[in-house]
Amino acid sequence: MAEWFVAKAAEMSDGDRRIVSAGRHEIGVFCKDGAFYAYSNYCLHAGGPACEGLMINRVVDLIGPDRTYLGQAFGDEMHFVCPWHGWEYDIETGECAGDRKLKLRKYDVVRRGEDIFVVA
Amino acid sequence: MDMPRNEVRTPRFDQYSTSKYLEHASEQARQRNYNDFLIVDVDAHHYENESYKDVFSYIDSPVIRRAAMESTKRGGRSSMLNSQVGYQDLGGRITRHDLRRLEQTPPDTHRDIAMTKAWMDAMGVDYACLFPTPMLFLGLHPQVEIEVAMAQAYNRWLCERILGQEPRIISMLYLPFNDPEAAYRTVQEFGDRKGVVGFMVTSPRYKPVHDNVYIKTYALLEEIGKPISFHAAYNWNDQALSMANRFIAVHALGFMWFNMIHMTNWVVNGLPERFPKLKVMWVESGLTWAYSLMQRLDHSYMMRTSDCPSLKRRPSEYMREMYYSTQPMEVPQDLSILEATFKMINAETQLVWSSDYPHWDFDLPSVIYDLPFLKEEAKRNILGANAARLFGLDTKPVKKRV
Repeated sequence: MAEWFVAKAAEMSDGDRRIVSAGRHEIGVFCKDGAFYAYSNYCLHAGGPACEGLMINRVVDLIGPDRTYLGQAFGDEMHFVCPWHGWEYDIETGECAGDRKLKLRKYDVVRRGEDIFVVA
Repeated sequence: MDMPRNEVRTPRFDQYSTSKYLEHASEQARQRNYNDFLIVDVDAHHYENESYKDVFSYIDSPVIRRAAMESTKRGGRSSMLNSQVGYQDLGGRITRHDLRRLEQTPPDTHRDIAMTKAWMDAMGVDYACLFPTPMLFLGLHPQVEIEVAMAQAYNRWLCERILGQEPRIISMLYLPFNDPEAAYRTVQEFGDRKGVVGFMVTSPRYKPVHDNVYIKTYALLEEIGKPISFHAAYNWNDQALSMANRFIAVHALGFMWFNMIHMTNWVVNGLPERFPKLKVMWVESGLTWAYSLMQRLDHSYMMRTSDCPSLKRRPSEYMREMYYSTQPMEVPQDLSILEATFKMINAETQLVWSSDYPHWDFDLPSVIYDLPFLKEEAKRNILGANAARLFGLDTKPVKKRV
């Protein structure tokens, strides 16, 4: 395992990301609400660049107290979407939105002074 | 060999290149040595609407040609042609649908050729059978003469501007099936043109394939040895599908629906007995529909042979002699189910790989190559050798080395 430089912390603001080629690993590093999350950039479906697509909130169905359908809205959970086919992943866990048992490989992110590193 | 790298980059949404977008597909191609064998994509697409003005100039009728040319003045659409509701780009989540407009292509090569070869090279594909996109719905146009005019113009344009220029791009030309005489003339006119490996019927339409008006076209296709294919799509306005409220439902059902009807009519009316040498291919319905329909028809057939007296064997035995494109290949978590499907359709000789690229649910060659129950020879048959036999292609790879 080694630490691979990602960015200066000040260079990444909320919603930013970097793709790090770290040896034979390709890793997407996201910045969200001051936290950093790092996942394999290979989609569990077909190997697409999972971390390089849209970042978009989860869509939710609005169901009323009487269980009738009231429409759709964007929820709070932030997803990133594989641009090849649309598989969606929870940015905070790496879980696949369509089947929570499936998870992208997660990498540790460490901060050394002003520098952000990913461990792979 | 992929060398270890150490670099950091930021994804950009103001730039796009197919080769970069598909870099992971190229990695797969290198890891699996696709350079060593032939890969034929039997179902890929371009966006002919981007060339409408040029295509329309090939329309014979001066009246229709003028109306069509005028219809292009409001960019991006044509009031002459029908369309369908269908948010296939998933609200922008499939980023290539929008970003492809940013791709830079060489000025001396037709953009469709350059962009098609870019993804073929990235995936390790030798030949791609190119089909249109909006025209998949043209069989639902209320004016038969427009389907005929567009089919004729598009086929001429495709032969001249694309197939005639690039030997790695082939096609099964559009048959204007709502006018049986025009369909027959299409086979006559284009049957021996360069790069034409067969003819294609867009499945969403309401003409029964067993109608006597089509018999001479089937006979001609059988005589010249070129296959007929039925390319699936959907009709959200179909009375049954209009009950669905989400595209996922329309897509899952619609892409099987018309091919199930056409296949059933084809078999129970004894067309395989009347045209034993005609090669028939079913495109973009996946595989589960065939697995299901074979069992369903066999079950009924044994009780109702008087309904289909032309048949000498069970329906599934005829279906097992037809060809099926793979995409969108359903991959169940229990692969033994997929293995049974492959066995049911005689996949080793009858299954032909397809990508459907650049559409939203495209498949890579690895969808076949990585199946654990297939031997190497079976993989190579499905990825290329079966299609080479079907289309009469040389089996020597011609791809750009990945």
